[in-house]
Amino acid sequence: MTAVFAFYLFAVTLLIGGFLVITSRNPVHSVLWLIVCFFNAAGLFILLGAEFLAMLLVIVYVGAVAVLFLFVVMMLDIDFKALQRGALKNLPLGLAISGIILTEVLLVATGWQPGQGVILHEALAGPPEGMTNTQWIGSQLYTRYFFVFSMSGLLLLASMIGAIVLTHRRRIGNRRQDIGVQVARTPAGTLGVGKAGLGQGVEL
Amino acid sequence: MTYTGWFVEQFGQGPGWLLANLTLILAIAFPVMVGVALAVYADRKIWAAMQMRRGPNVVGPFGLLQTFADAAKLFLKETIIPTGASTGVFLLAPMISFTLALVVWAVMPFDAGMVLADLNVGLLYVFAVSSMGVYGIIMSGWASNSKYAFLGGLRSAAQMVSYEVSMGFILVSVMMYAQSLNLSDIVMSQKGNVLGILNGNIFNPLLFPMGIMFFITALAETNRPPFDLPEAEAELVAGYQVEYSSMSFALFFLGEYANILFMCALIPTLFLGGWLPPLDWAPLYLIPGFVWFLVKMAFMFFVFAWVKATVPRYRYDQLMRLGWKVFLPLSLFWVILVSGWLMFTGHFAIAPGAI
Repeated sequence: MTAVFAFYLFAVTLLIGGFLVITSRNPVHSVLWLIVCFFNAAGLFILLGAEFLAMLLVIVYVGAVAVLFLFVVMMLDIDFKALQRGALKNLPLGLAISGIILTEVLLVATGWQPGQGVILHEALAGPPEGMTNTQWIGSQLYTRYFFVFSMSGLLLLASMIGAIVLTHRRRIGNRRQDIGVQVARTPAGTLGVGKAGLGQGVEL
Repeated sequence: MTYTGWFVEQFGQGPGWLLANLTLILAIAFPVMVGVALAVYADRKIWAAMQMRRGPNVVGPFGLLQTFADAAKLFLKETIIPTGASTGVFLLAPMISFTLALVVWAVMPFDAGMVLADLNVGLLYVFAVSSMGVYGIIMSGWASNSKYAFLGGLRSAAQMVSYEVSMGFILVSVMMYAQSLNLSDIVMSQKGNVLGILNGNIFNPLLFPMGIMFFITALAETNRPPFDLPEAEAELVAGYQVEYSSMSFALFFLGEYANILFMCALIPTLFLGGWLPPLDWAPLYLIPGFVWFLVKMAFMFFVFAWVKATVPRYRYDQLMRLGWKVFLPLSLFWVILVSGWLMFTGHFAIAPGAI
């Protein structure tokens, strides 16, 4: 009873949140609704008994990815009038693309039967006795699915290096702070006592 | 019979469970709120003592009621919502801050078995909730439609996200020793873990630097001095709190101190042996675990106040440098070091699912 209530609560909130992401006029509100979606998806994971995935979803997507989204969107200087001006011109293209996606989704949803199609591995039953969900995922991920796991790790590394290479540049005239040099400074190296004669300056 | 069991017997399965949990939630939330009020008082008294002042001493005996007087003043004031503000988000932000600061207490074990939700992913839950805490601040900063608040919100978001990364690595090295994410298991794994007599990860030479780093990270996560840049009075007047008044400001303030108290409870749980006495010696167990826990919490709170009274505020770029260029590589290296040592000594051989 509680589980059924919780499922409908999370599912309905998720759908409403998803709808509001695309209909909100303000992009910051869109990101905030997206966060509501992530959070409710985590709730659905918990109902499925995948508490580790749920926590990871909240930590990674809500705690890190969405913060960066919000960061970027908040800094944008958006002219809402200018955004709406092109809407009518791009409407046919948008309708065509969404129509294609809708057709595909309908084809898959009506024609697909569980268990048929491409099977990479036989599905695993739940965690064995005496093992928590987290330990089970770890023991499978690092043995059975090690290749897929390490490949996805390499993919992330490659994309990270790409992002750094694209944005990292040395700016000319930028005086960077060198902490080591600052810490190593001593009074002997920087201070000096000079005696200025009458009408003369001090040689520095 | 358990507490929940009694309620279930009296009121039936559904309502009994609900009632039992509601009372337990109140039994945690109410002492936390009182604890916050006393913590604010203690904070002010400790700074005052360190600066050779008297501190609050007028309202009530020894000024004990000062915080309650301040709270009453705040609640009776008018709530002002700026015209340019995004009203919904503006009002939601302090509520999120406050709720998250209370919600995170659900997994904290105060004594053996004295925990509301004994989750097996307890540590991840703490991490998840504390990583969501940034939204209260960033939302308030944006919704206030003010330059000061916006800058404060941005600073805070960057600061909390940066320090969460190294915090995660520190937690990894602790949970590798405990081989569990459950906070009660983490406490129990510290029983006599060093030389068979000392209770606490902090006495372990491999985890000692992690303990110190976790303390500094906790200061940054809770926006405490020397890392209180989001609200730096001198440059941002009060950062994200500028436009807030009365109730909404009080919620931020209470949430902030509830978070600080939680960190003061989490550090003992992870590093000082939680409810266990510092020495694994039978007579010390005569004192209830709850008392040990409170004593350790109070000690950590004193250290928090001590740091605030004595250390000057960091500059923003130095804060970022410390987070990304010092703590992140160091904690990452330490995870490898700890896991290598544990592998070498055969610590993982008995883990479920080991090959």
